[in-house]
Amino acid sequence: MRLDAFHVVAAAVALLGAAVTIFDLLPINKFAFFAGYVVLQYVVLATAWNIMGGYMGYVNFGTAGFFAVGAYTSVVLYNLMQAPLIVMIPVAGAVCALLGLGMGYLTLRLRGVFFAIATLALAIVLETLVVNWDYVGGATGAYILRAREIAPFGDYVEFLFFVMLLLAIFAVSAARWIERSKIGRGFAAIRDDEVAAECAGVPTLRLKLIATTVSGFLMGVAGAPFVLYVGFVEPSSAFNLVYAVNSIAMPMIGGATTWAGPLIGALLLGSVQQVATVTISSELNLLIVGVLLVFFVIAAPEGIVGLVRKWRGGGR
Amino acid sequence: MFSVDLLLNALVAGTLLGGFYAAVSLGLSVSFGQLNIVNIAHPAFVILGSYVAYMGNSRWGLDPILLGLAFTPVFFFIGVGVYRVYYESFERKDDEALRGLAFFFGVMFIIEVGLIMVYGVDFRSVQAPYIGQNWKLGGVGVPTRMFVPFCVSILMFAAVYLYLSRTFNGRAIMAVAQDRLALQLMAADPVRIKQLGFGIGIGTTALAGALLIIIIPIEPSIGRLYIGQVFAIAVLAGLGSIPGTLVAALVLGIAESVVSTFFGPSWAPAVAFGILLLALAFRPQGLFGR
Amino acid sequence: MTRERLLDARAVTKRFGGFVALDEVSLDVEQGERFGMIGPNGSGKTTMINCISGTLANDGGGIVFKGAMLDGKKPHERTRLGIARSFQIPKPFRSMTVLENLAIPLEYASGAGPREVEERGMAILETIGLADRAGENSGKLTQIDMRKLELARAMATEPELLISDEAMAGLSSTEVDDILDILFRMNERGITIIMIEHIMRAVMRFSERIVVLDAGRKIAEGRPDEIVNDPEVERAYLGE
Repeated sequence: MRLDAFHVVAAAVALLGAAVTIFDLLPINKFAFFAGYVVLQYVVLATAWNIMGGYMGYVNFGTAGFFAVGAYTSVVLYNLMQAPLIVMIPVAGAVCALLGLGMGYLTLRLRGVFFAIATLALAIVLETLVVNWDYVGGATGAYILRAREIAPFGDYVEFLFFVMLLLAIFAVSAARWIERSKIGRGFAAIRDDEVAAECAGVPTLRLKLIATTVSGFLMGVAGAPFVLYVGFVEPSSAFNLVYAVNSIAMPMIGGATTWAGPLIGALLLGSVQQVATVTISSELNLLIVGVLLVFFVIAAPEGIVGLVRKWRGGGR
Repeated sequence: MFSVDLLLNALVAGTLLGGFYAAVSLGLSVSFGQLNIVNIAHPAFVILGSYVAYMGNSRWGLDPILLGLAFTPVFFFIGVGVYRVYYESFERKDDEALRGLAFFFGVMFIIEVGLIMVYGVDFRSVQAPYIGQNWKLGGVGVPTRMFVPFCVSILMFAAVYLYLSRTFNGRAIMAVAQDRLALQLMAADPVRIKQLGFGIGIGTTALAGALLIIIIPIEPSIGRLYIGQVFAIAVLAGLGSIPGTLVAALVLGIAESVVSTFFGPSWAPAVAFGILLLALAFRPQGLFGR
Repeated sequence: MTRERLLDARAVTKRFGGFVALDEVSLDVEQGERFGMIGPNGSGKTTMINCISGTLANDGGGIVFKGAMLDGKKPHERTRLGIARSFQIPKPFRSMTVLENLAIPLEYASGAGPREVEERGMAILETIGLADRAGENSGKLTQIDMRKLELARAMATEPELLISDEAMAGLSSTEVDDILDILFRMNERGITIIMIEHIMRAVMRFSERIVVLDAGRKIAEGRPDEIVNDPEVERAYLGE
């Protein structure tokens, strides 16, 4: 892999993250880390969704299901052996990668819309299972005791913020690498015309399974620290539809065919939501997301990235 | 804890429930099955119908079923409008797969959140003379709040079925997805026919919603749960088969009722989605497909 | 001169529900041959190529290509074995340029590295006559250019057998000659070609041998002049 400006920026962002969380270089109040964590979590989720949805054209309505399985994997690991976060993240990722693989294997031989409907079903089946599973707290939820402070970060939330920042950088880099690789070109061919892609030599089923697996992995990874962040997890919060809506709306608004789209969409929409939940009601906030989503898919199908390109290209 | 009485009760309750499911999924069988439009917002429109019935009932004491009937034309035109937007923005550009789905998802979300903003998340119900009685036939209880919606569902189902199979426009709707050539020979404009079909699909949700709120109290977000039911039924029926829809609806209703009787109601939501996943994985052409 | 047998389809049968789309259709195509397949609408021509290229699985019979059984092989595996096809309704990768369209089969079927793609892609576009469109968005091409792109993309898989599914339907007569010319040139390079076509003038001129399908059955097979005079073929086309 060749290094370019992207990697320099990514490294700089990581270093800056370390500087503000470990050395408290800038006077940032605690709420900013708290809100920033959520925004970064959406960067991971939107990027993960986009690998299936944007690159390949397969809509996943079940982001919340994958996210929650990641979160509940952490609960199980904590209950079993008080596992640390460094263990939770890869295991949650692996569990969700397997879930994605299985899901893909069952439904991807069918038309794309069936995959979409199946993902919707999956989220609710999983939620029902968790509600009925007492080991992880059932419908009432589960607590996790976390340290208030952790060295060398000080406040635990700052630590979680830094972890999520690294995960976001990892997710975006992975998406960018995929997009520019042979695999990414294969994804694009599948999105444009699956039969033609197959007849051009593209192993479509294998590529689709790669996509569900990678996408599932990243969603699980995003969910893993969730329990530590909130300290208490219940089915209705982990399986919240908001994750599904945002992970679709953010790439669609940002621009779904490139890695920059979900990143821009998540940073923009995520930040606005964090500010808006404080200032206006959270329902109105969600309504705005829904309206924006519908508006963008109708009026700006290439999202913000497409608008910028068109504006720069002087209308090609 | 198994007993014949319990089983009989579960079967009867399941049949009544299934009849109602037929009403809820009828519109989707038309829009998804016949017209190939993946309207995942369908259950959200059903809930919208429920709230219309709730409003008219709680404010003016009107009968929910009559309200549902009265609003059917309104919903029909909403459906026509939604289809126009869908056609102009996605279908015409061959862009249904990704953006069309996202569009309906957004519509579903807007309806749900809109209802939450107006009515909150409290459960709402309606009043009518036929709610709350319970007939006893031997050891089997037949609650009227289930029986009346069951009858209305079957009537609506029969009416739509007759329309689709007996009239020129109805047949055109059935033909539009499978056989464009035949449609052209009939000199029918496919877009206008799809618009009509989609309008009918949404039109049915006004009455279906009214029936829903007669059966159980509702709140805005339960619409999502019905996505499982309606798509499970549509897929199980074999896409587009109207009689298949009725059978699949009854099968699902009975399965859910039996599961919730013997395993507890908290497992009921998984039945529809479980059946849907199994059907997709093993028999995507449906019970009645080839 | 006897040529080696390239494709051997034996009693291929395909049913859709109760409808028999192909009823024990057999054909064998020799290496380097120009082979025509004709028949009225709905006679099973496209179903037959779908079974050969693997986008449909045949219910009965078997297909052998270069001595290897194709049954159970996925379309992309067959493409890599050397079977390419074009589509009746062009299916360009619409988000890509013309050259990028070729990059997909070049990378996935011919094993070209990212650096060779441009050179090899341009070479193919030169022979097809699309070189000046290389950087254009493939979704915005004219009909004739879309057909050419279909053939170019098939070429990029480096096929031994090319199945051309009505590549000329709806084109003007000079455009038909244009496409015919391309197919003749491909054949001169040693590529075996199966042509499915409605335009009789084109099939008759192109093919060395022709089979005729009607209602899922093979009703005739022979040289073009034999086919023209076959009473059974006449009946299939003109009705009784």
